[in-house]
Amino acid sequence: MTVTDQAPAGRHVGRPLRRKEDPRLLAGRARYIDDITLPGTLWAAFVRSPEAHARILSVDKSAALERAGVHAVFVGEDLADLAGPLPLAWVPPGVEVNNPEHWPLARGAVKHVGDPVAVVIGEDRYAVVDAAADVVVDYEPLPAVTDPELALKGAPFVHEQFATNETHRWSLGGGDLDAGFAEADVVVERRVVNHRTAGAPMEPRGVLADYRAGTLTLWSSTQVPHFLRLFLAILLGMSEERVRVIAPEVGGGFGSKLQVYGEEVLAAWASRKLGQPVKWIETRSENLAVTHQGRDQIDYVKIGAKRDGTLTALHVQIIADLGAYNMLLTPAIPALGAFVMSGVYRIPAVQTDIVGVFTNKCPTDAIRGAGRPEATHLIEVTMDQLAHELGMDRLELRRRNFIPKDQFPAEVAFGIVYDSGDYEKTLEKLLEHVDLDAFRREQEELRARGVYRGIGFSTYTEICGLAPTRAVGPQGFGNQAGFWESAMVRVHNTGAVTAYTGASPHGQGHETTFAQIVADRLGVDPEVVEIVHGDTATGPEGRNTYGSRSLAVGGEALARCAVKIADKARAIVAHKLEAAPEDIELVDDRFVVRGSPDRGMTLAEVAGAAYLNEVPEGMEPGLETTTFWDPDNFVFPFGAHACIVDVDPETGKVTVQRYVAVDDCGHAINPLVIDGQVHGGIAHAIGQALYEQVQYDDRGQLVTGTFVNYGLPTASELPSFETDRTETPSPVNSLGVKGIGEAGTIAASPAVTNAVIDALRPLGVDYVNMPLSPMRIWDAIQGANREGGSQS
Amino acid sequence: MIPAEFDYTAPETLQEAISALAEGGEDAKLLAGGHSLLPLMKLRLAAPSLLVDIRRVAGLHGVERQNGDWRIGALTTHATLARSAQLGVVATVASTIADPQVRNRGTIGGSLAHGDAAADLPAAMLVCEAEVTLQGPGGQRSVAAADLFKDYLTTAVAPDEVLTEVRVPALDGWGHGHQKFNRRSEDWAMVGVCVVVKSNGGTCEDVRVGLTNMGPVPLRATAVEEALRGRDLTAESIAAAAEHAADGTNPPAELNATADYKRHLARVMTRRAIQQAVGG
Amino acid sequence: MSGTVNVRLTVNGVEHTLDVEPRLLLVHALRDELGLTGTHVGCDTSNCGACTVHLDGKAVKSCTVLAVQADGAEVTTIEGLGTEDDLHPMQEAFWNNHGLQCGYCTPGMIMAATALLADREGEGMITEEEVRHGLEGNLCRCTGYHNIVKSVLDAASKTGEMVA
Repeated sequence: MTVTDQAPAGRHVGRPLRRKEDPRLLAGRARYIDDITLPGTLWAAFVRSPEAHARILSVDKSAALERAGVHAVFVGEDLADLAGPLPLAWVPPGVEVNNPEHWPLARGAVKHVGDPVAVVIGEDRYAVVDAAADVVVDYEPLPAVTDPELALKGAPFVHEQFATNETHRWSLGGGDLDAGFAEADVVVERRVVNHRTAGAPMEPRGVLADYRAGTLTLWSSTQVPHFLRLFLAILLGMSEERVRVIAPEVGGGFGSKLQVYGEEVLAAWASRKLGQPVKWIETRSENLAVTHQGRDQIDYVKIGAKRDGTLTALHVQIIADLGAYNMLLTPAIPALGAFVMSGVYRIPAVQTDIVGVFTNKCPTDAIRGAGRPEATHLIEVTMDQLAHELGMDRLELRRRNFIPKDQFPAEVAFGIVYDSGDYEKTLEKLLEHVDLDAFRREQEELRARGVYRGIGFSTYTEICGLAPTRAVGPQGFGNQAGFWESAMVRVHNTGAVTAYTGASPHGQGHETTFAQIVADRLGVDPEVVEIVHGDTATGPEGRNTYGSRSLAVGGEALARCAVKIADKARAIVAHKLEAAPEDIELVDDRFVVRGSPDRGMTLAEVAGAAYLNEVPEGMEPGLETTTFWDPDNFVFPFGAHACIVDVDPETGKVTVQRYVAVDDCGHAINPLVIDGQVHGGIAHAIGQALYEQVQYDDRGQLVTGTFVNYGLPTASELPSFETDRTETPSPVNSLGVKGIGEAGTIAASPAVTNAVIDALRPLGVDYVNMPLSPMRIWDAIQGANREGGSQS
Repeated sequence: MIPAEFDYTAPETLQEAISALAEGGEDAKLLAGGHSLLPLMKLRLAAPSLLVDIRRVAGLHGVERQNGDWRIGALTTHATLARSAQLGVVATVASTIADPQVRNRGTIGGSLAHGDAAADLPAAMLVCEAEVTLQGPGGQRSVAAADLFKDYLTTAVAPDEVLTEVRVPALDGWGHGHQKFNRRSEDWAMVGVCVVVKSNGGTCEDVRVGLTNMGPVPLRATAVEEALRGRDLTAESIAAAAEHAADGTNPPAELNATADYKRHLARVMTRRAIQQAVGG
Repeated sequence: MSGTVNVRLTVNGVEHTLDVEPRLLLVHALRDELGLTGTHVGCDTSNCGACTVHLDGKAVKSCTVLAVQADGAEVTTIEGLGTEDDLHPMQEAFWNNHGLQCGYCTPGMIMAATALLADREGEGMITEEEVRHGLEGNLCRCTGYHNIVKSVLDAASKTGEMVA
């Protein structure tokens, strides 16, 4: 059977349908993890380290155990029957990664504030918190290290056994770097800091484990139920079919729920041990201390160009602060950035050298964008710096180096092949929204009144649709799994459709967009297409949701699956109407004989025939099938963003006045949903640029442990966003789609930073790193004043 | 996060509340709106053994004019204050506290008795030269705002006393200004400045400047006041006076703000608040 | 330490009598005692607003109210606003304008938004800036607030329907 290319816009695809999942969410009827309790449920509360680094000398459980209703207190050594420590699943290819054992409860030592030392399990959700406070842990504090550059210099070591804090080194490059820099007339070097942030989904994590009759059922607020099932089976020594993982309604993830967490393993283990369901709901304070964090890189960037702006070479040294342990994908995150280190530019020689570092901080792993925001930030900020150095217009420099649209698919210096792109088009469209001449006039007028307004741009591409096995499997970049996706479509007797996807959404709207895709291919209304997800006991094996993969991989799998059903439907219609299958076409809601529109059948009629076994000779009855799809390549969304900010030069406070985004994620399935993803992504990156920062003091104490001092932007801090699109289809999938969930986050932080620098240049400030806090800006202005004013 | 266990009583009268506090000893705490106390209890930074909830006690609500003063019941919420434009600077300041939900629960009495120098109302009380009424086992006493705030989170309110009302002199004819500097609008003030000014034909008859979060207690910027009192209110005189805003202060450094930066902010915010107060 | 306290609450028009620990938070009384799980908990510090309900008609953060403090009060939760089949105009506006993604902040956001409009009834058309300030007690990570603000403005424009 062949996959039929469909026109991008169908009856339902391309329309801004309001979401099918919304009524239950709006009415408070959705079921999140904390909304589920089973009879006999016990509650877990963790005893966590207040020390950044310490030996555990003793744990006294006795007072806690005396509390009414407390069933058990466990420490690390009690979990001796686990088959192994928590998993590290993706190591960059060909490197040894120093990988310390990481257990659900610490064994012998704690390595960061919040590291779990013990768990109290009991009958009452309040009482276990009291009992946890009664557990007495005697610590011998050890020296802690929090600065990754200091950590690389030597002791103290986070993990003494390695006698280094370096986790691994990995490089990706291509082209002749030395020749490229030799050819350059101008070389710009910057130290670009991309500080640590939290994913901070509004719903903290949580898990409910129920082991009974040899079977484990585990509900978790996770992005990856299938991964979780696999690792639970391995770690608990259970046969995989005996483990069922269900992701209920998940209140956001942003990468932070792409993980196999110790609390999940612990709850499952304890439920088996105690013979009762065990539930744990994370507090926000825990979330900000122990749920994996993101970014935290120091990037030494060196870029070379000829006098006319032609780029000749780019070298980036990434010092990646990975925190205290490797988690599921930890060392691979900066590598994802290396994959797009060329940005949207032709650069003949590009080299990224990554060094990972242990510190006594919470581990980092994938957070919205995962390596690509860091790469895009450093490229786009450095392009502005280079333009200034060359005395060239920032957009002119970009245009001169864009990969031209006729060169796609385009292989960049280090071997990655971009699928499609038209960077000039998105930039042109952006400039239709932003009148630059008018802006410059306004900027001048405002400066005369003491208001410093700036504009910044970011032209980006990103790599998403994780991931072709060809690229990331054992033959490619060394992952130990393929990242195909599955789909299963079942047409019921009445023509209603249940479609199962291996993707596992947590706010993205798959129940609507995927229904639109299926509906178009089967001639039904999206209303009667139910998308089932997030349960390992229903539907085929899946690879879940992260890396902007759901649509480009999972949506495509579903489209192909629906096409298979449509092909079978055509054969059945042909059989029933005595026509040739190739003469049957889908017109609106009927499969009709070409040229005889009155002769045809609806999907309900086809299903009726299929279940009555009125099918062609040799064909199975029924109307149901499964598809697995493994793409040949990643997909590369792109776009051009502009940000306009005002800086109060007296206080350093930055206010975003305007944000305009033109994105290209290929064909649009649902414009409403696309815009929503872009808005959220931009806000996430503005949050990082201006407000959010996970901070530890020199002793490793977390000083941003609540939402009081980890400052997510509120509605008051943000403007409304202006969004527009171009549609350059991807050749990688039949839908012509790319991802959009991370694009805003990847694009926006350099646009904000460049805008702030643009505003500050008349005050003599040429460069400043995020977070662009008022004091940092004020300091930069003071520093420029001391240096004797403007260099511009 | 949930509070540690405690006993609870919700008496009907002030006398019962005072008795309950007296019997409860040092670990008993008065509960009003709970928006200073409950967050600390949930983080287990406070663990009182007894909460005496005064929500049933009559007569502790509302804003009314009495003999040239505004009499504000201790249980009056920030939201009510914010809607009471007649209170001038107090209403303006109240409208910037935290967010709407917090303003619907948080009370003036709770905020003042808690005495957080980073809170917004204490400095407003200083510039209004307000008085609070405290009722204890030994009877009633008045304490001037200037004498209320003793140290970091420490006030003149005794453990067995109830702050029942606030008397704010009506500053009829005074202008006022308020500048709250924070990163996000729901944040606590990094530095806050509130100002009341009485001017006559462009001359400053009197001026009071209050500083939020510039020390362990809310402060009056007396050097600014002295520099401006009796002067013509010009952009230059205001700017010159505001330069004294941080004189003698020793503000606590905090995340993302050094003491120096806060002193700088105090000067800028003071200038802006005075300009606002004089309509500039 | 303490025993339980008897609390009478009228929630979404239905009267309930509960024996509660004094420290029981209103949000847990609603969720765990009354099974009204539409009200969510998103933080520990009264910042996120996911737990917003109406207490005697005013928006409050039910994670920072003790159940005992609500004795005798009327509480409205998201479940009391509208049903899946009969959404309140504010819920409908959020639906039409894609004002939600993961949905976790949504009930609190909608309760804050309905209170915001009710509080300023008769004051004329609300502005975008007022909506943004009015929602600053509610955090959302998904939407960037863009479509939330749009939803509230849309609901406000149909002001005749805006009695919560």
